[in-house]
Amino acid sequence: MFTPEVLEQSKTMKSKWEDEVKKIVAKNADQKPKWTTVSDLEIKRLYGPDDIKDMDFAKDIGYPGQYPFLRGNQATGYRGKYWTFRMFSGMGSAAETNARWHYLLQSGQTGLSTAFDFPTLMGYDTDAPKARGECGKCGVAIDTIEDFQTLIKGIPLAKISTSMTINPPATILWAMYCASAQMAGIGLDEIAGTIQNDMLKEFIAQKTLMCPPDPSVKLISDTVEFGTKYVPKWNTISISGYHIREAGATAVQELAFTLRDGMEYVEDVIKRKGLHVDQFAPRLSFFFNSHIDFFEEIAKLRAARRIWAKAMRERYNSQDQRSWWMRFHTQTAGCSLTAQQPYNNVIRTATEALAAVLGGTQSLHTNSLDEVLCLPSEHAVQIALRTQQIIAEETGVVNTIDPLAGSYFIEALTNEMEEKAWDYIHKIDEMGGMVAAIERGFPQMEISDAAYQFQKQIDSCEKIMIGVNKYNTEDKVEIPFLEIDETTERDQIERLQAVKRKRDSRHVAECLKEIKGACEKGENVMPYCIEAVKALATVQEICDVYREVYGEYRDPGIY
Amino acid sequence: MSERKIRILLAKPGLDGHDRGAKVLARAFRDAGFEVIYTGCHQTPEQIVGAALQEDVDMVGLSCLSGAHTYLFPAVTKLLKEQEADDITVVGGGIIPDFDMQAMYDAGLKAIFTPGATLDSICDWIRENIKPRE
Repeated sequence: MFTPEVLEQSKTMKSKWEDEVKKIVAKNADQKPKWTTVSDLEIKRLYGPDDIKDMDFAKDIGYPGQYPFLRGNQATGYRGKYWTFRMFSGMGSAAETNARWHYLLQSGQTGLSTAFDFPTLMGYDTDAPKARGECGKCGVAIDTIEDFQTLIKGIPLAKISTSMTINPPATILWAMYCASAQMAGIGLDEIAGTIQNDMLKEFIAQKTLMCPPDPSVKLISDTVEFGTKYVPKWNTISISGYHIREAGATAVQELAFTLRDGMEYVEDVIKRKGLHVDQFAPRLSFFFNSHIDFFEEIAKLRAARRIWAKAMRERYNSQDQRSWWMRFHTQTAGCSLTAQQPYNNVIRTATEALAAVLGGTQSLHTNSLDEVLCLPSEHAVQIALRTQQIIAEETGVVNTIDPLAGSYFIEALTNEMEEKAWDYIHKIDEMGGMVAAIERGFPQMEISDAAYQFQKQIDSCEKIMIGVNKYNTEDKVEIPFLEIDETTERDQIERLQAVKRKRDSRHVAECLKEIKGACEKGENVMPYCIEAVKALATVQEICDVYREVYGEYRDPGIY
Repeated sequence: MSERKIRILLAKPGLDGHDRGAKVLARAFRDAGFEVIYTGCHQTPEQIVGAALQEDVDMVGLSCLSGAHTYLFPAVTKLLKEQEADDITVVGGGIIPDFDMQAMYDAGLKAIFTPGATLDSICDWIRENIKPRE
């Protein structure tokens, strides 16, 4: 990167600067001995040419739209199109969530993102004993395609892309989307969206669980295959680091585990489905967290693109540039927000959103100030959406692509994140892959260690959270609280029972039998799921088939 | 003979998967010298009470961040009472709004730890309020 003369000059000047620093620090010590990121990665006082002297411009940095995509996938950056403003939302009934969606679209949101309640996420109907007390609390309750059609009422499916955060029952909710499109006369090749459908991170972090790892991965490969053949504009998986980070992982762990999960899926589809990597890899998408440590996040996102491009080209011999692109959504960090002094969360979210944009995200959710306490109120969501709009349209950070490239610090930190991530990836390779690593509790323990370490640092004030362990105040701030009352559950159970009364039960039973046969024979379940949801089979009825054939996975509670 | 250690069951009732807090506490309790049993996510109130009895614990700690505590926490204390095991102290934590606090105490919970409670403050509360049963 630099001529020997420049490096020599830098060395002389650096040594002079170091002497000066020593003198000053001897008189006035630094405020603390060690300066680290939120992930406890030590940062130097200053970075210079010697920190990036070994980089090869063409090989390691390059241009946007060119390998290794450090500087972004799109040659035009944000000038052609901003990232998608995609606010994650869902609460109570399908009708309530539909109303929120229309409100968000009118407010300038450009994509939809669905939060389901816990029974839906775990594959239980609202009337299941295990579902009691949970209906509509953390998202929208969906039991049958009738609820689903209420959810998407008035949404132009061929124009708006919809993301669904759904994992164990992903085949079913996606089948509902596909069936709804077909019933409305819209072709499967016209609809666009994403299902999260990433089970490995569920075992590692988020814990919406159903079947054991291997059959879970099989169901995911079914969706990848079905999408490749019939729903070409759909992202059949969103390989997610978000929840890994929320569970307490460091930035490096989030990066490494997410990308290694992605590699596991690629390998499974190649092996199980016999597809060529370039037939499906262009539709793989990713999802990262943007935490409070500004530069660490920017470096992480830049490193993620470069690692993926290298892995696709070198590890899987991909020939298609579109497979090398890492396309990702970002959400600001829920775990960085505080219940204390909740209005401070607006500032945290804005900082994190800015990092995501400087890291080159394609899609963004900004958390609302009240999300640490309850489902977001309309007013709080509007502030969060406006945060993105202000970054896009006022701050000027979108004017030029990857504006921090070439910074000694950013490039050195990006390299460091990448090196440390590869170390983890190779370690997991040696264990026999991610499923094997999960089975021995490796990623779970690494995250658990990091989470405990962080909590101890907060308790000892080694790390600061404003309003939690510094600048605390006694007075409580009252914020409007969005509550889901008990009538939501009662009404939803009534709707479910009404559907069960009117449907052709014999036809439902036949459809479920077909799904069971497909599971047993190792066939792709998607076409059977689409027929079953059209016949008004419920989410749980189909999941019960999966649980019966594949077995049920229980959280081993590793800490 | 040395005094028996305080035995604690940490449990996550319901379908909520937010287990970061519970797992951090499990480690903190272990480091504080308590005996800890953590049964993982997705436990029904029946499973929790069954485990509490079988493990002969002194305290049950419930963690819920999904909003379903209003149903699940009282379900646990009610079942313990039915089993005549309400001498086992039950405490809770997670996202418990202020306006739900009274209902939780009325249901028999002895303490609710919300965001901002330090690990030490929770361990101190346990040392002061829980005596190992004979």
